[in-house]
Amino acid sequence: MGPVVTVRLLRWVGIVLLLLASSVSARADDFATLVGDLASDSFADKERAVTALGVLDDPRAVSVLQALSEGRLLKTTDGRVVISKIAGGTTRVRDAVTGEDIAGADPDRFDRVIVNNRLRGAIEGALAALTLFSIDRDARLVAARDALRHPSAGEAALLEKAIAVEQDPEIRAAVQLSLSAARLVSGSRQERLTAIRALGTTTDPQIKNLLDEFRAAPDTDPELKKAADAALTSIGNRLRLVSIAANLFQGISLGSVLLLAAIGLAITFGVMGVINMAHGEMIMLGAYTAYVCQQSFRALLPADWIDAYLSVAVPVAFFVAGGIGVALERSVIRFLYGRPLETLLATWGVSLILQQAVRSIFGSPNKEVSNPSWMTGGFDPIGGFTITWNRLYIILFCFIVLSVLALILSRTSFGLHMRAVTQNRPMASVMGIRTARIDALTFGLGSGIAGMAGVALSQVGNVSPNLGTIYIVDSFLVVVFGGVGNLLGTLVGALSLGIVNKFLEPVAGAILGKIVVLVAIILFIQRRPRGLFALKGRTAEAEA
Amino acid sequence: MLNRMWQAGVAAAVIAAAASGATAQTQGTIKIGVLHSLSGTMAISETTLKDTILMMVDDINKKGGLLGKKVEAVVVDPASNWPLFAEKARDLLSKEKVAAVFGCWTSVSRKSVLPVFEELNGLLYYPVQYEGEESSRNVFYTGAAPNQQAIPAVEYLMGEEGGAAKRWVLEGTDYVYPRTTNKILEAFLKSKGVAADDIKINYTPFGYSDWQTEVAAIKSFASGGKKTAVVSTINGDANVPFYKELANAGIKAAEIPVVAFSVGEEELAGIDTKNLVGHLAAWNYFESVKNPTNDAFIKEWHDFIKNPKRVTNDPMEAHYIGFKMWTQAVRQAGTTDVDAVRQAMYGQKVKAPSGFIAVMNTNHHLSKPVMIGEIRPDGQFDVVWQTKEAIKADAWSPYLLEDKGKIADWTYPWVCGNCTEAKYKD
Repeated sequence: MGPVVTVRLLRWVGIVLLLLASSVSARADDFATLVGDLASDSFADKERAVTALGVLDDPRAVSVLQALSEGRLLKTTDGRVVISKIAGGTTRVRDAVTGEDIAGADPDRFDRVIVNNRLRGAIEGALAALTLFSIDRDARLVAARDALRHPSAGEAALLEKAIAVEQDPEIRAAVQLSLSAARLVSGSRQERLTAIRALGTTTDPQIKNLLDEFRAAPDTDPELKKAADAALTSIGNRLRLVSIAANLFQGISLGSVLLLAAIGLAITFGVMGVINMAHGEMIMLGAYTAYVCQQSFRALLPADWIDAYLSVAVPVAFFVAGGIGVALERSVIRFLYGRPLETLLATWGVSLILQQAVRSIFGSPNKEVSNPSWMTGGFDPIGGFTITWNRLYIILFCFIVLSVLALILSRTSFGLHMRAVTQNRPMASVMGIRTARIDALTFGLGSGIAGMAGVALSQVGNVSPNLGTIYIVDSFLVVVFGGVGNLLGTLVGALSLGIVNKFLEPVAGAILGKIVVLVAIILFIQRRPRGLFALKGRTAEAEA
Repeated sequence: MLNRMWQAGVAAAVIAAAASGATAQTQGTIKIGVLHSLSGTMAISETTLKDTILMMVDDINKKGGLLGKKVEAVVVDPASNWPLFAEKARDLLSKEKVAAVFGCWTSVSRKSVLPVFEELNGLLYYPVQYEGEESSRNVFYTGAAPNQQAIPAVEYLMGEEGGAAKRWVLEGTDYVYPRTTNKILEAFLKSKGVAADDIKINYTPFGYSDWQTEVAAIKSFASGGKKTAVVSTINGDANVPFYKELANAGIKAAEIPVVAFSVGEEELAGIDTKNLVGHLAAWNYFESVKNPTNDAFIKEWHDFIKNPKRVTNDPMEAHYIGFKMWTQAVRQAGTTDVDAVRQAMYGQKVKAPSGFIAVMNTNHHLSKPVMIGEIRPDGQFDVVWQTKEAIKADAWSPYLLEDKGKIADWTYPWVCGNCTEAKYKD
């Protein structure tokens, strides 16, 4: 084992050295000219320079190309090309060719070298070629995957070299796949045939694209065409399964958003029977709490702590919204128990006051709440469908909230008292439970959960003063559909609404899909006015 | 009897006094109306436009006013409520007797006030890009028509530099502007030889927030073997979750570029743009454009609003152009009389912050440059393509069959906004 590894390593190092040495003589002035070309006004010139830099095998090219793609490559007034870099709060500017620092230069006075999408593709391709032999494993993996996007004869040669020295199985697989794609474009007949077979086992829409293009080309060999057809059919079949899985995930995800929005209401409306029109505003307050936490993290703490702001925002939002909920119950709602119409009007008024208050403090434009880096992007479990991290975490968060709430209701004395008060208030009072205190705490709990939901929802949607009005209708829908006063009903109601919606949407479109769901719910409520899971036995007494 | 006469007399006297008071007050001022929503869903975009007009009024008063009089802005709030727009417009024209009105954002609000302006012969300056298919004698359209925004953007993406897109997703919010624009775009794409199979049109409601299915559908449509581009006429709040979903689903601009017609600097302020770099927008102006007029415009805005972080955008620039043109026309006519000002408007030129000279044409639309910008990590745009000269707006689209032969020209011999035959014949 040992010697094999050493030999491979030697070969690997050898190739890199060879690549470097072959061009070392010519590269010095070439590099300077090409970097100069990058500052040209024509995108075509820039693209030529990028492509040339990619095959120049100059180690300095990587930092120049990276700076270019990140918008850090600048043009000075006297025509020099410089790279700016922010390190430790200060901006450093250095010459792109010589690498020497330019002291006292103000990067704001220089023009940025502008990049367009086509150029961005070229930079990606050039960087992929340059980093395919990098020592950094992640950079190699990214390069191997990116290579799939621009298959060509030159790339096939490069990938062959890479696969000869690559050890890591995951990178090898990626290189192999990109190599197949490159051979499909440029290889011999036999190579193409093997490539098609290899590509047929994937579920990547990009590969389907590539095969489609190959098949549609007028001069394709009939046998190759047949092989491509077979490969496309097998990819197509797999993609169909993937799309069902995708719909299911999206349905659960939409369901979890609905559920999060509705859990708080399931308590204030479902358990306490308060028609709480201000529920949406509790969600909104939670979202603004997330915004405030994010801003304070940005302003007060080191830059790399920002990813942790959500873990602070969730409890803070619970107490902010919960506190306002308790205050609302004590000051308004407790005087209105048993008068649903007045409660509705009063809480609606409160919702308008809260909206306008937030608008006065934060202004009416939307606020930007960014996903922490661990919630950005997604992963592709089977190819062809991306599970985004923010949605996955929201599903998890939603179920954690629901189970903790279920535990509180069934296992704690507070939960017991709460249920006792809702089922029979005079009797609970006789037993020594302070019903007024329980009322306030229950309302606070419902509002606090709505606040936590707001933090989660700020990760997928808008943070604006009318955020609450978007969710209030859906929340009532879920609670009523699931059965008032029943957490399980809320869970089943939210998930089934989400999944049905997502399976209808691709067929009927977003607008018609929503109408169909609403009509179905109206018909359902006609048949079963108490929702999916009606409370059995002696229900809450008529409040007087 | 006597009593009643006495009452009537008092009432008449009071009315007369009030009327004379009003005339006395207006003698030294020229009133203009500002008809933008300051509350409700459109407040996000329209409040800035109200401030832009106030800034312009402030500026002209500092320079000594207009025709020796001070300009006074009468600000009303139609509250994003379309019928209320018409009521407020009637108030402005018949009660306040304003010389001109600067206002409206959505096409539906413009359609709502249009009959009022035509009935009372008022002047409306409308500053937002829209679907075209209109040319009223009483409206000057300072935003872009489809041939100044939608068509060039699609042509850019069709070209080599834009990535040579062959397959198109037209994604819009469900109301009149996206539907009309998409109708024009569909006709245009078909005229360029794009097959019906390669065009996918989808609509979602206002304020839509769950974009998973739509984004997945875009992804799978894009795997149809041809380079795909998305044209977005999504309006308002719905853009934020749409772009978040795009970024998280890993749709990169280099693979599937999304070009938007209603997303500018102001809208991007609510979005983290790091993952959206390279997606596009088409306008006639971007804040990042470098020229002395724009630098002065931005500085004036920051000084007026007292916040150096506020951005400028295309509709603000349109109001800047519209207001300047109106003041020039008033000076030229020597009066604020609507008919005289209208005649003086034709051919009026303004050096715009876009760096070009904007010209008012006889179809009541502007000649403006078209710019395509790509989103930068800091929420601004880099202009990657622009027309060499200002483009003249078409009120009627040459790509729609029903518009064939329609002319908008308010000068002799045509004198109409929607006809196939001239009004006057020799």
